[in-house]
Formats: sequence, C-alpha cells, structure tokens
Amino acid sequence: MSPFLQVSGLTRRFGGLVAVNDLSFSVAKGEIVGLLGPNGSGKTTVLNMISGHLPPSDGQIALADTRLSGLGPHKIARQGVARTFQLVRALPSLSVTENVIVALAFGRKRLWGEAARLEALKRLEQVGLAHRAGQQAGDLTYIDQKRMELARALAADPQLLLLDEWLAGLNPTELQTGIELIRGLKSSGITILMVEHVMEAIRALCGRCVIMNAGIKIADAPTAEALSDPAVVTAYLGEQHA
Amino acid sequence: MTPRFLLEISAFIAVIAALALLPLFASPYGITLMIGMLGYVALAIGWALFSGPTRYVSLATVAFFGIGAYTCAVFSEVLAYPLLLLVAGLIGLGVALVVGLATLRLAGVYFVIFTFGLAELIRQLVTWYEVNITGTLGRYIFLPVTPEGIYWQLLALTAAAFAMSWAISRSRLGLALKVIGEDEVVASHSGIDIARVKLGLFALSAVIMTLVGAIQAPRWTYVEPSIAFNPTVSFLTLIMALLGGANRLMGPILGAVPLFLLFEWLSANFPNHYSIILGLIFITIVFVLPNGVLDFIEKGWARRLPVAKPAEVHK
Ligand SMILES: Nc1ncnc2c1ncn2[C@@H]1O[C@H](COP(=O)(O)OP(=O)(O)O)[C@@H](O)[C@H]1O
Ligand SMILES: [Mg+2]
Repeated sequence: MSPFLQVSGLTRRFGGLVAVNDLSFSVAKGEIVGLLGPNGSGKTTVLNMISGHLPPSDGQIALADTRLSGLGPHKIARQGVARTFQLVRALPSLSVTENVIVALAFGRKRLWGEAARLEALKRLEQVGLAHRAGQQAGDLTYIDQKRMELARALAADPQLLLLDEWLAGLNPTELQTGIELIRGLKSSGITILMVEHVMEAIRALCGRCVIMNAGIKIADAPTAEALSDPAVVTAYLGEQHA
Repeated sequence: MTPRFLLEISAFIAVIAALALLPLFASPYGITLMIGMLGYVALAIGWALFSGPTRYVSLATVAFFGIGAYTCAVFSEVLAYPLLLLVAGLIGLGVALVVGLATLRLAGVYFVIFTFGLAELIRQLVTWYEVNITGTLGRYIFLPVTPEGIYWQLLALTAAAFAMSWAISRSRLGLALKVIGEDEVVASHSGIDIARVKLGLFALSAVIMTLVGAIQAPRWTYVEPSIAFNPTVSFLTLIMALLGGANRLMGPILGAVPLFLLFEWLSANFPNHYSIILGLIFITIVFVLPNGVLDFIEKGWARRLPVAKPAEVHK
C-alpha cells in the first residue's frame, strides 16, 4: 500500500533540546497506528507538527500528495486533518452543540444553521453525549469534555485523525466503550494516528506501533513485535531491568 | 422569520426614525450635543466590533478618526462632498490593512502600546508635513453642510454600524470571532483563518472610525493635528465600550450615551480637573465592572433568581 501520511526526517528543537530527532514513518490509508514512548519522548510534539500547531525545525510531512509542513493549522485542517489535545481544549463559554458546530462551519463541510445543528447532534450521539447538547461546555466533567472534543474532531469529517491520549483517565467500562468507538471509526475509512499509554487499547486497536524514546524512533513494527522489542522494553523499564 | 425578529427590526426602525426627526424639534445646542453623542456611539460600536470579541485593546481609535477629519480638511476644496467621504473611508481602509498586517501578530500589552504609538506617530507625521511642506499648522474647512446634515449622516452611519454588528453576531463570522476570543488554537485547528478574520474586522472597525472623523470635521471649521488626533478620543471610546460591555450588541450604546453626557457636564463644570476625573472613572470601570454593566446586571439577576437562569440561557 502506498503511504497516506508520510513523515520524513522530522525534527523539532526547543532551544538546545531536540524534542523530535530525524523521525520518519508512514501510515497507510485506513490504518490505525499507535505512537508510543515514555513521557517526554516527543509524541505530542509530533502531533503538534502534523496538525500545524508547531512548525517543524526540519523535515517533511505529506498527506496523500499534499505537503503539510509549512502550512498553517487552518490550512492543514482543511486538508482533512483533525485532532484532540492531550489537555482538553473545550470552548467553555459556548454550548456543547456550538463547540461541535465550529468544526462543521469552518471545516470541509461548511455547514451552517439548522443543517449544522442536526449534524452536530448526530456527532454528539456518536460519542454518547447527546444528552448534554444544550449545556455550556465549561460545565461538563473532564471526561465529557474529552468526548465533546472527539465529537468536534469527527465533525470536521477528517481523513486523518490524531488522538493524543484520548483514552487516558477512563474507567474500565468507559474504556471499552471508547475502544469500540474508535474501532467503529476505522470501518468508516478514517486513518488514525494515536498516542496512547493504555496497553489494552493499543493491543485492541493498533495494527502497528511507532515507538519513540528521547525524540528518536526506536521501533516501527506490528504491535506485538514492537512491544517485545528489547530496545522498547529497555526504554520503558530502564536499563537495570533489561 | 420569527415574530421576535420582526419585533426587533420594527423597534430598530422606529428608534432610527424617531431620532431622524429630532433635529426638527431640537435647539442648536441640542443638535451639537446629539452630534457629539452619535459620534461616540459610532466610535464605540466600531471599537467593540473588533476589540470585543478578539480582546485586542486598541488605542488607535483617534488615528483613524483623525485621518478621517484630516482627509476632509485637505480635500475639502478639490472634491465634491459625498466623494470626500468615500476617499476618507478608502484611506482609512488602506492604513488599517497595512497596520493590521504589521501588528495583529502582537499580543496583549504590546498591541495596546503599538496602537497608542500609531496614533501619536500619525499626528507627528501630519504636523511635520504641515509645518515643513505646507507651511501652516492648521487648516480651515468650509463645506456647505448644515449641522442637521451632519447629524443625519452620523445617524445613518451609526445605524449601519449597529446593523452590521448585529448581522455579524448571528453569522458564521460571529462564531469565528467568539472562538478566536476563547481559544485561538481551537480556532485555527477548526479551519478558521485567524489572521484574515482579525484583519477584516480591524479594517471594518477602522473604516467606521474614519467616517466618524470625516463626517464630524466640518463642525470644527478649523483643524490642527492636536485637535484631530487628540488621544482623549481613544480613551473615551475605550471606556464607553467597556462600561456597556464590548461583547454585547447594546453594550457600546449603553456605555457611550451616559458617559458622553457625564463628560460634557464635567468639562463644562470642572474644566481644570477634567483629566483627573476621567482617569478615576476609567480605573473604576476597569476594576469594578471589567465585563461591563450589562454583564454585571445579568450576574446580579442570576444571583437573586438562581432557578430562572439556566432555563433562560437554554436557547
Ligand atoms: N512548546 C514547548 N517548548 C519547550 N519545550 C517543549 C515544548 N513542547 C514540548 N517540549 C519538550 O519537548 C519534549 C517532548 O515533549 P512532548 O512532545 O510533550 O512529549 P510526550 O508527548 O511524548 O510526553 C519534552 O522534554 C518537553 O518538555
Ligand atoms: Mg504528550
């Protein structure tokens, strides 16, 4: 399969710190790939560069035939890239429905008025939040805000969805629902790159994992193989356990 | 069209019509007062249009107001009257686009300082030009416009500015502005071109301010840079919009009308302490009513009627 998302030589420096160092990987259309690594290894920074939140210091990102690196976030969004944030970004003074309408009004669908409201409700239903549609987003619990953020990302009708620890903090029941939800997305053809720590979810959802440590890629293989890689075990558990 | 919408439109038209008939009854002093008041209402609406949702505190109001007044003074002998306003509007637009492109990346206090500096810079440039090139500091404006004519023009401008901010608040652009005010990262990741939206609004707001200056200029008959670019205009506009609440449709009007009357009274009765009192009022508003009176009243209401609010908010 030809790659859909292609990342090559991607590098990001913060002053003297190289947060992402010459990273290359690709994701095929319709694939769910896990982006793993210990805290501080540069995963969020990679998502930030793909979504345009941060410009890369070096390297390239391409989606299908379009070069994303160098574009601003609003242009990347219009190319069909949507994301959730590790620390939820709700629009607290807007209603839950309005939060979702934002993605419909300015995304690729450009829906407005009644059509946008109905579509927003559908998305909220999809993430199990329809009963909160009229509330102010700021009044939602943290978990519900995460749901709302996913509904907003889905409303953008993305080709590539970036999830940054979206399943973190869910209780076991919610986790199962969450996993089923993401699995359901795969069948609708969305390509997903997900940063995640919950092993159960990674095993259940990701066919393949890219694993980073200190900004460098240390593994890129089918999930079971990647997780048992000696370099990965060392990175997660520290030298003394290897 | 809902009945409520029709009611609002009818009320709006009725108010404008009543205001349009006012010069037929008012004394000359009354008309002068109304011209000053409408000028500030229009300035405050224009200011709030951009600064309300984006939370960029601009002190460039008088830069554009002055550009309007000066354009009127400079071209009053060569251009026919309606054309004069068009030219003033276009110059204001041009300056706003250039300034906006250069400054809308600045955030917070840097933007405040820059806009204040901009007004001073333009004043100095005009002064330098007048002294060194034209050879005179002041200019006379003789235009065949009556006070009533000025009043009606300002009323039309104010009504148009109000209608525009109403239309924007209900449009996609209005939602974009709300999102930008709340979280720029979410805005850009949702596909909103933040730079373009801000630039567009800044330019629209600047054109309104420029037109206020251009329409009011003939009232002065004599202008010089220190009159046309008086920084007090920027501060007054800001306080008025903040007092009423810059994020609400009626806010700028409810702030501008009482404060304008208060300042008129103060400058007539306490000409020597005017600036100090102005400063005190400014500080009081910022500390006591940071979100404006309307917000304050609503919150007070909600506290007294804790049950009623959630039901009302639910649109
Ligand atoms: N905006 C930033 N400015 C400076 N340093 C940053 C910034 N964002 C991330 N970093 C640093 O880059 C490294 C990688 O961070 P991050 O990508 O958030 O890691 P992860 O998501 O894998 O936990 C960390 O050392 C972090 O402190
Ligand atoms: Mg992270």
